[in-house]
Amino acid sequence: MVGAGPAGLAAATAAARHGKRVLVLDDNSGAGGQIWRSGTDGAKSGQPSTKRKAIAAFDASGAELAPGRRVVDAPGRNLLQTLAEDADCSRTERFRFEKLILATGARERFLPFPGWTLPGVFGAGGLEALVKGGLGVEGKRAVVAGTGPLLMAVAAHLQQYGAKIVCVAEQAPLRQLVPFAASLWSDPAKLLQGAGYRAAFAAAPYRIGCWPVAAHGDGWVKSVRLTDGRRVWDEPCDILACGFHLVPNTELASLLGCEMKGEFVAVDRQQRTSVADVFCVGEPTGIAGVEAAMVQGAIAGLAAVGSDAEASTEERRLQRRRAANVRFGQRLDAAFQLRDEVRSLATADTVVCRCEDVTFAELQGRRSWTDAKLQTRCGMGPCQGRICGPAVQTLFGWQASSVRPPLFPVPVAALRGDGARLTMQPSEPTIDLQEIS
Amino acid sequence: MARFDVLVLGGGIVGCACARELTQAGMRVGIVERGVVGGGATAAGMGHVVVMDDSPAQFALTCYSRGLWQDLQSQLPASVEYEARGTIWVAADAEEMLEVHAKQRLYASAHVRSEVLDGLALAAAEPNLRSGLAGGLVVPDDAVCYPPAAAAFFLEQAAHDGAVLLQGGEAVKLEGGKVTLKDGTRHVADRVVVATGADSALLPWLPIQRRKGHLLITDRYPGFVHHQLVELGYLKSAHKLAEDSVAFNVQPRSTGQMLIGSSRQYGDAGPEIDQKIFGAMLERACEYMPGIARLSGIRAWTGFRAATPDKLPLIGPTEDPAVFVAAGFEGLGITNAPGAARLLADQMLGRPTAIDASPFLPECVANFASREIVHA
Amino acid sequence: MREVHRISVTVNGCRVQVPEGSTVSAAMLNAGSAQRISVRGEARGALCGMGICFECRAVVDGVMHRRTCQMVCSEGMTVETQP
Repeated sequence: MVGAGPAGLAAATAAARHGKRVLVLDDNSGAGGQIWRSGTDGAKSGQPSTKRKAIAAFDASGAELAPGRRVVDAPGRNLLQTLAEDADCSRTERFRFEKLILATGARERFLPFPGWTLPGVFGAGGLEALVKGGLGVEGKRAVVAGTGPLLMAVAAHLQQYGAKIVCVAEQAPLRQLVPFAASLWSDPAKLLQGAGYRAAFAAAPYRIGCWPVAAHGDGWVKSVRLTDGRRVWDEPCDILACGFHLVPNTELASLLGCEMKGEFVAVDRQQRTSVADVFCVGEPTGIAGVEAAMVQGAIAGLAAVGSDAEASTEERRLQRRRAANVRFGQRLDAAFQLRDEVRSLATADTVVCRCEDVTFAELQGRRSWTDAKLQTRCGMGPCQGRICGPAVQTLFGWQASSVRPPLFPVPVAALRGDGARLTMQPSEPTIDLQEIS
Repeated sequence: MARFDVLVLGGGIVGCACARELTQAGMRVGIVERGVVGGGATAAGMGHVVVMDDSPAQFALTCYSRGLWQDLQSQLPASVEYEARGTIWVAADAEEMLEVHAKQRLYASAHVRSEVLDGLALAAAEPNLRSGLAGGLVVPDDAVCYPPAAAAFFLEQAAHDGAVLLQGGEAVKLEGGKVTLKDGTRHVADRVVVATGADSALLPWLPIQRRKGHLLITDRYPGFVHHQLVELGYLKSAHKLAEDSVAFNVQPRSTGQMLIGSSRQYGDAGPEIDQKIFGAMLERACEYMPGIARLSGIRAWTGFRAATPDKLPLIGPTEDPAVFVAAGFEGLGITNAPGAARLLADQMLGRPTAIDASPFLPECVANFASREIVHA
Repeated sequence: MREVHRISVTVNGCRVQVPEGSTVSAAMLNAGSAQRISVRGEARGALCGMGICFECRAVVDGVMHRRTCQMVCSEGMTVETQP
């Protein structure tokens, strides 16, 4: 498996229970992916019971976790190449597989607006991750803006860490949200979840139909300008967290040659992609949340080991849940659609490509993504277009072009074709081939 | 009724340079480009403006064209990132130092500035080269630039004088001055210039072969390398007619990023990265500059050079008086674009050429087997 | 109350005490320090928290372009804003 989030863990658990040798590669230091990230200090981050159960099941299943590895290439048939980076050493390894399940998750969509590059402006999920890594927010005033249930979850967690939530700004208009809220009655668990979050920051205003237009500050954010389409006002703050939906991480699937369905990886009911031996589960097949990821992971894990009578009963049960997840995902999409104003917040001077400091004005008038890349360097920096790509798609409608290795910047030594181990101190690199089958 | 005096097929740096020369001469020019201007080999290459002495004809052309780049320098916008960084030809041992001295004498005879560096001077000039190298030749007037922006600049200048870009059009048939595009449209011009790079489908008798190359670009490390560094073995690599080969070639960009190359492969290779040769190329680079191993490589890509059997480009009229060619530049498309464009325009207009254009004439192609094949 | 062991790292020349297990990015941002200076001279810090935006790059123990949001601090580490 690639990815130790809810989908990858579920797949690994299902496959390992059927006696297969299972390895999960993940770039973080522990299991959980993004949504179930552990704090490095271990203490405050609340552990939802679904997470605890899933990790316990994984631990008991016999599957192995290989943490700290990021997949950078698929250099041969049924082969993956990874990069591991510690503070003082880089290492590249190769892994051979019979079956591969991609559970590479999603990343946040960033929509540029004036001031979004100020330190102190974070992605909503990004801020959570940083706080779990020790970023101090106690006593700090936070504004959480954007769209989707994630905003509430982030605000609640920030409050647990001692932040003062100044306001949560949800861009979707009320009329768009009402049908979704009504539909939650059919799903008590989700309703309780939502109510729980709301109760957690009952004191702070939750403004609907409201979005950010600019962040101000000098070296650090000090206020955010919000609007509801009529009024405009400034909220002083120390932290601004923005969340505008998620974008699937499909780069590895593309590199492997998997067919796409729009921006997602195309899969059948057993989560098989168009490439033999390769499955895909979770967000890369459609943004649908934790439960969908777990169900799809289990389906793929079973399918990867081959189905038998026992498995197919289990599978039928899972397929019913999968269908329910799809319906929920569709309601989420409809409720939290981005309004036009939010799709065009950038002004002439707003930096769109942060790696290369390319502004909106420089991009206007370009004819395509390729033209923009060649003439402005937009998307040619180390993030390889992961941050600016979704932004320019929203701003200009340009589709990103094909994927090439390395999927991630790597030390040159790792691209030399053999395995290599480097130390970061100035000394001769040693060669250490590791091929793990 | 012909709409154009000249239709240029191909909007790469050579096609755009031709369009600029021809509009300056008062012609009505159209440029047919199926994709992004400067998006083919122009975008895939390094952007090295360099004197190359592997044959007298190439030496003359690169000197001439480099001079035209120098004349253009003051007009080039910042986006072209033109910098006279200079090249250092790196000698690994005493045998290669002999070549360095021979090169220096040849360059001096042609008034091309160069200076021999011994081992110590080389280390002082480029501290990140490995110790123990014998020395090198620095050619200070060689330069680096960003080719897609240069192509766009040439096109802008041509458009300013009335040239028209036929964006998205792909020429599929050529009959004298009549060009048929893929979508069925036809254009008629007095003359046509075929500048389609490695894609020679329009004139299948052109002896152009695709020669695949790889490049890697690093993150920003300002000051890691100052000059474009090329190993002397580069010329041997460029001359191999059938084998795959790699040669150390590193270019500093104005951003502080480094371009690392080079590789050459014949055959019907696809555009995907060839792990084996790419790895060998990087291995070679790390042999010359060990520090490269620890730098962050952020992107790799391939490109296809247009190669001819005698390494010389085809510039000039064909047996059909309406059809001209400007193609087959191999690894010198950027260097030779202004020179080739000027020679082409001169030949079209019956003007005297500044250098002898006969070694590049396409009509000699039928006799190419009898042309002298020279080596470094 | 669980006791948290503290270690010391140097951020732009200043020694700071951070809880063991803190990321380098957290240490820099808590110290009020920008993590890198962008191409056009803007102060920048971490954005995505998951190691893909490259805004958290800093110079760690003399080496450039180290992503710091997933890197755990170790005793005696020196960290500087990347120019």
